[in-house]
Formats: sequence, structure tokens, C-alpha cells
Amino acid sequence: MSEHSPPRSATEGASPMQREPAVTIFERGAPGRRSFVCPELDVPRRDGLLPEHLRRAEPPRLPEVSEPELARHYVRLSRRNFDLDSGFYPLGSCTMKHNPRLHERVAALPGHARLHPLQDPRRAQGALELMWNLERALAEIAGLPHVSLQPSAGSHGELAGVLLTRAYHADRGERRHKVLTPDTAHGTNPATVTMAGYDVVKVGTAPDGGVDIEDLAAKADTDVACLMLTNPNTLGLWDRHIERIAAIVHDVGATLYYDGANLNAVMGVSRPGDIGFDIVHFNLHKSFTQPHGGGGPGSGPIAVSDRIEPYLMAPTIVRRAPAEPGGGNGAPADGAALEFDLDFDRPKSIGRLRGFQGNYGCFVRAYAYIRSLGAEGLRDASEVAVLNANYLLARLRRAGVADLLPAAYDRLCMHEFVLSGAPMKRDLGIRTLDLAKRLLDHGYHPPTVYFPLLVEEALLIEPTETETRETLDAFADAVAAILAEAAEDPEIARQAPYTTPVRRLDEAAAAKRPVIRQPA
Amino acid sequence: MSTYTAVTDGDRRAMLEAIGVSSIEDLFADIPAELRLGRELALPAGMTEQDVYEHLRELAARNRSAEDEITFLGAGMYDHYVPAVVDMLLSRSEFLTPYTPYQPEVSQGTLQAMFEYQTAICELTALPVSNASVYEGPSAVASAGYLARLANGRRRFVVSRGVHPHSRQTLETYAHGFGAEIVEVPLRDGVTDPQAWAGALDEDTAAAFVQQPNFLGAVEDVAPLAAAAPDGTVVVGAYDPIALGVLAPPGACGVHVAVGEGQGLGNRLDFGGPSFGFFAATDAYLRRMPGRIAGETVDADGRRGFVLTLQTREQHIRREKATSNICTAQALNALAGIVYLSWLGRRGLVELGELLLQRTAYARQRLGALDGVRALHDASVVREFALGLDVEGLEGVRRVIDRCAERGINPGFALGSELPEHPDGLLVAITEQRSRADIDRLAEALGAALAAEPRPQGVAA
Repeated sequence: MSEHSPPRSATEGASPMQREPAVTIFERGAPGRRSFVCPELDVPRRDGLLPEHLRRAEPPRLPEVSEPELARHYVRLSRRNFDLDSGFYPLGSCTMKHNPRLHERVAALPGHARLHPLQDPRRAQGALELMWNLERALAEIAGLPHVSLQPSAGSHGELAGVLLTRAYHADRGERRHKVLTPDTAHGTNPATVTMAGYDVVKVGTAPDGGVDIEDLAAKADTDVACLMLTNPNTLGLWDRHIERIAAIVHDVGATLYYDGANLNAVMGVSRPGDIGFDIVHFNLHKSFTQPHGGGGPGSGPIAVSDRIEPYLMAPTIVRRAPAEPGGGNGAPADGAALEFDLDFDRPKSIGRLRGFQGNYGCFVRAYAYIRSLGAEGLRDASEVAVLNANYLLARLRRAGVADLLPAAYDRLCMHEFVLSGAPMKRDLGIRTLDLAKRLLDHGYHPPTVYFPLLVEEALLIEPTETETRETLDAFADAVAAILAEAAEDPEIARQAPYTTPVRRLDEAAAAKRPVIRQPA
Repeated sequence: MSTYTAVTDGDRRAMLEAIGVSSIEDLFADIPAELRLGRELALPAGMTEQDVYEHLRELAARNRSAEDEITFLGAGMYDHYVPAVVDMLLSRSEFLTPYTPYQPEVSQGTLQAMFEYQTAICELTALPVSNASVYEGPSAVASAGYLARLANGRRRFVVSRGVHPHSRQTLETYAHGFGAEIVEVPLRDGVTDPQAWAGALDEDTAAAFVQQPNFLGAVEDVAPLAAAAPDGTVVVGAYDPIALGVLAPPGACGVHVAVGEGQGLGNRLDFGGPSFGFFAATDAYLRRMPGRIAGETVDADGRRGFVLTLQTREQHIRREKATSNICTAQALNALAGIVYLSWLGRRGLVELGELLLQRTAYARQRLGALDGVRALHDASVVREFALGLDVEGLEGVRRVIDRCAERGINPGFALGSELPEHPDGLLVAITEQRSRADIDRLAEALGAALAAEPRPQGVAA
């Protein structure tokens, strides 16, 4: 059982934070208040620099607050968030692993943080070397020789992958119009396919949780440009037929795309490139611990095979003959030999996917992580992620839980696993959503709920390598306690949570009459 | 080697026993032996925290940042001062380490900050709808193209050459996927040629793109350009948000979708990212917006609260019919944006704009008076302007930049690397961190660098 039983009703639970009404920054302050003090005008004032008709008539209605008010407002607001540093966050498919603060420190060094993206490469050798080293490391982890760091997030990497596939086939004089995605895929996969101008063709899932091979074989024809696959998939399962899948896809001349959302299970264990994947995206904010930031920034580099390389986004980073040693430490010497450079001369490239060279601040953090852990540490991270997931699954397979929340697939899992709340709903009258909300009262962030779509009342749990055995035990106990409590009185879970800054919110009303800005 | 895991040998034994397997290896039994790596990854050995810090510090020292020189580089990202309160708030665990607010009861901090951010973007742009952020500027332009393509089903984009080259290139990459062609409209006297613009627009135009101020720093007269667009064509404006303290906002100029690079609003340069893109629109496009949107509602006890709303637009619900594939965006960077805009405040944004206007005019005049320098255009500018140097093309400009660098000055961006029609162009950007004294030092360095440079053949000094 949990150490402390949380309140079982709203009257018991009303916390000081709940008594504090939400006040926005626009409702604070007073006309004339300010934080910013503008530098004095140090040049002769000239009038008429901007024709009146091009000028703004009214200043924008931005807040008017002092700096103490500003700081206090956002600090108080921050306390209305649950965060990974405060507690267990087993949000499936999101890899909520510890964010080492070393990464924040090194990313904030002015040589990184205040480097302009258009600085001459000769005066940005440190940054380009870092990117080059990160590319080499990601290439080794993926088992594919070429990397572009440009995409801004996983979905952006997916778009790159499908556009690269288009360019690859176009260059061979082939026109294909279908992309296959399993029904377990993240929503970003089909959304990307449409955005890249292809038709989505869904592939079914077999009883063992892998791709339905028969269905795949039936749908794989020469109109298919690509199969997008997550492996381990979103059920947390390694596809046992992955070699056959690769063969079927390659036999029809399509590319095989690896959605790297679940790479955290297999770093240093198995490599997508060795399986036959042509294009892989990484989520630096998942496997490589870039902090999630409440929904970004992310970063979604891609690794590709030789046959895809000619079409990679421009610019790429190239390494020329090594620089002469010397010049000493400290500031870069002007005219220093150019070792690392940006290459824009890529005639077959699909072009750019965004401005400049990508989310460099994320590269610094991911690189620091890879250098901290090394090969051994990365493999250890994946092994412990898989160990933790299987241990938690085992803990949840005990009597009193497993009959109400069975594993959707009775197998060993990889770094995450799916439970089905269907029996719980039937026998106790509480839904997965209710269980999730009651977990909030126990001080946990709930797992991902209602995804993957093919599992009824799905609960997708990814503990990551961050968590201790004690935490996993306590979480399993909390789930058991909620089920026991619901057996007595399901209403407690149905009305939960009680202890959070706000209770269940009316999402239907929000969508029906959208208020998405402070009224003037 | 550093480690961030906690499993002791004792833990491992107990956990494997509970699972019912005898080794870690057994957990990976589904992976066939021939697909296992069977060796360590060929990566450098792990390092201690202090050694990693030292390595990253050495790499940083081999970059010349805005801390090491007086920089006038801009062209899309600008060396504005980032107030300390932004760093303090963004480093709080509560903002830094959670993910997308899927559980609104424990995400009110992030959700309310999104709502406040959306409000500020609406105020800034004078448009009624804003999302909670997209990746960054150029891909925001491309996303606006996708919105238009889905909204009106047309296949043609008319794009001013004043739109940032990275935005034009990104739009082209995206358009190649979803099927649209691009027609470019040239500049005349530094701004979009109104006749060519009107001539390029037709009933099959999905969207028309203009940038304000444009890539050459020139202020466009957006209203007549927008008015020239036929019914149904989405007019997209890519705006510099810092300039919106003094420039007429897109909502007052007939722009339907306003996007832009948000880096200048409280985000560091970071060699190009992460920053954020803003995305605002008229009411007509509310349900076609990409990305997250926070909305206000009430909880079970009637308390005010915030949720992600209109999610039926999004990929996790609508899948192949989604308005965009975006999932993770730039929440933390957008938070920097709203903190920064609140820090600047209503009057501060205007004061900052006026300061930039004056200092830029001073710099333009001061540099324009140098021997071997001419203006590339006479259009109004706010914070950036383009010069032509009497040197031998792009290589000459690069040598001038190198000579200035020897004096600790970065004079700006060599336009010829993106715009072949201006091989001798230099784009100079001003921020509040560049004082009159800095501008005078730039004039001195640029003058000396030009004096040392051979004049091109056949051009009179």
C-alpha cells in the first residue's frame, strides 16, 4: 500500500493551491509598471523615419508588470505543474528519463549559447566539430552511415524521411503513391504521409502484437513507396518477423523507415541499419534526454543508408583535411585552417526543412549525454529501461491487479508495455481515465492512456531506466490500492483527482466555445 | 563513466527473479542473434561529469560568439539581450522537465503559460487566433503553405523574393511533397514589386507570401499587397516580432496568417535553435491551425482552468486527416517568449522599436557615407539594412568581413551567399546591445577593411 492514503473526496482534499484562483499575467500589474528599462537614445533623433501609414497606431496590449511581480507570477504558475524532477512520470512512448543538469550548464556556455548561426564556419569550428561528432555517434548507434541533424522533432524527421523516399524514387524514374503504416503507429506517421503527398495504407497487427505479415505481403506492391515502422512498436514489443518485414518491403523496391521513438530500448543492443532500415529518426528529447520543456523543444536527427544519402537536406557538415595543430587554447585564430565546414553543394538534395542548421542547443545536450555514458553506459541505459519495464509488468501481474488490468500481450516486453483496462471497466465500473486521475492523487503522473488505439482501455507504461526498484514497487502498490478502493466504492476514482490544483476540467465546453486568448 | 541508473547487483538479482528470467540477456530473447550487435558500440569511453564539462568548454572556446566580438549579424536571428529572469524561470524543474500537458489537472502551469503566450501573440499581431508555437520561423512559413493548400485546395504559391531565403527554400521542400508550385515575385527598390505581385496572383493562388521587414531589412507596404490577393487566397505575412512595436500589425494590413521566428523574444542564439515559431490567424482558420492550442474552461468545482483544445485538428486524434503532423513543438521557448514580452511590457516593446529605428538610421547613414559603400535600397528600415560594397563580389565581401573580424567586429551577413543578385551585398543588423560607440567602431573597421581591398575592375571609386 502507499505510505499515505490520499483524500477520498473533494471536501477532504481542498488544498491551499486550489483555493488560489487562476490569475493570468494580463490580469496583474497596473498601467505604467515595467520591468524593462530601455537604453537611452545615444544617437541624434530623427523624425519621419517611418511613414505614418506603415506605423502601428496603438501599442500592443502586453502586460505591465514589475520584475518582482513577473518572477512571482511564473514561479507560482510553475508550482501548478507536475514534473519529472518531482516524481515518477511513466508516460508511455515519451521516455521521461532524468535530465542531467550538466547538460544545461554546458549548453549555457556563451561559446554555444551566444553563437550566431551565420557565423563564418572558420569561427564556429567548435560547434561544427560537436555536430560532426554527434553525427558520427548517432550513425554508429543507428548502424547507418549518414546523418542530418536538421529536423526539429520526430515528426519533422518523419517528414524528411518520406520526402527523401520521394526523391529517391523520382531519381529512379518511379512514381509511387502509397505509404504503409501499421495500425499501432503514432499519429504523426499517417499525418506525415498525407503532408508529404502520399496515401496512407494501414497494415494490421497480428495476435502476437507484431505486424500482420499476411496483410503486409498483400498490401506491399510496387505502388508502395515506404513502410514506416516503430520497433519495438508502440505496444512495447519487438517484432519477431522484422527480417521478413524488411525483405517484403525491399522486394517491392520500397524504403523502410524506422520511427526512433522507442530507440531507448535497444541502444547498443541492436541497430536499425543492421536490420535493413534505410532511414531512422532519433528523438533527442527522448532517448538522449533533452528536457521535454512542457512540449518541446525537441530535435529529430535522421540517419540514412548510402542509397538515400544523395538526397539528404542541405547543408550537411563535412570534415576536410585536419587543421594544423597549434594556435593554443582560447579564442579561435582568424584564418585558421578550415577543418569542419557546411556543404551546400548538394544537387540532388530535397532542400531545407527549416532555417539554419537545426536545434544546436539540443545537440549540445545530447552530445554531452553520449560522451558521459559512452558505449557501455548507453547499453546499460537500454538494459535497465527494459529491466525496469519487465519488473513493473511482473509486479502488476499479481493477483488483484492482473485480472482487472491484464497485459494486452502475454510476453516479455521491451522498455514499455500495454495493459488493458477492459476487465476493470467491466468488473469495477471505472475506466482507464479514472485510474489515471486517481494516480494523480497518489503523486504519480499517469501512463499514456487510450493509446495504442487497438487495445481497449489502453494504458501504456514506460518507466525508463531512471527509476529505482522502490519507486516501481510503490507505483505497483498504488495501482493495487486504487483497484481495491474501487471495488469498495468506484465513485472515488470516478470523481478523482481531489488534490491537484484543479480537478477534472470540462474539455467539451472548451472545444465547443473556444476561449484561446484573454479577452481585451 | 557517468551513470544515471540506480540498479545495484542486488536489485538486478531480485528483479530478474520477480520477472522469472535468469539474465538481462533473456529479456532480449525476441531479438534474433544475427540482429544483435554482439559488440560494444564504437564510441569514445564514457567520461566523468567534470571531464565532459571540460570537453564541452573547449569546444565552446573554439567558437567566436556574440560575447567575443561586436556583432552586427542578423538575417533571421538577432543578438538581443536575454533577461536573467528568463533563465531563472526556464531552469525551474516544473517548466523544464514535464512533457506536453496531456493531464491538465497537473499541468496548469504550462497550459496557462500557453494561454498567456497565445494572448500576447494575438495582441502583437492584431489577429484573433494563435497556437502555442511551432518549430521555428522558416518551417512556420511552410506550415502556413500547408494550411492554405488544405483550406482552398489550390496548388500555387506566390512568394516575394523579400521572404527569407531559408523560408523560401523550406516552403519549396514542403511544397514538393504536398504538391504545389512556387512563383517568385522580384523586389524593386528593395521592396516587393507591386505590379509583378499583382500580375503573379490569380484564382489558382493558394497563398501569397510576404515578409515584414523583408530580407533586405526594407519595410514593405503590406496592406496594398494583401488587398491585391483574390478571394480565397491566403495572405501569409512572415513578421519580425521585435519590429511590431513600431510597425503596423498584420491584422491591420489584411494578412490572414502571420508567422515568424520568435528567437528575438527572449531566446538565445544557440547557433540557430531551439527557438520557436509563432503562428497566428484570422478566425476563419481557427480549426485549420497546426499544433497545440490551450483554451480556458472550468473544473468540476467551477474553478477556472486551462486545457489543450480543438484537438480534433491534431495528428494523435485525426491521424492522416490532421491539419499538420506536428507533435512536440517549442513550449519552453514559447514560455521564454511570453516572459520576455511581459518583461518588455506594453511600452517597452514600442520603446525598443523606436531605439532600433533611430540607431539603425544612424548606422545606415554613418556606413553609407564611407568610401566604397552604397545603399542597396532607400526603403524605410527598422533594425536591419543592406549595403553594397565596392569590392570584387562575394569573395571580396568575405575578405572585408575577415578584416573586420581581426578588429573584433562582425560587420554582418554576406548577402551574396544567399542572393546571387547581390554578390557585393552586406546585411547589417542592430539590436539594443549595439551602442552608438559600437556602430562608430564598425564604421572605422569597415572603412579600413574597404581601403585595404582592391576595387573591382571598371568601377569608379
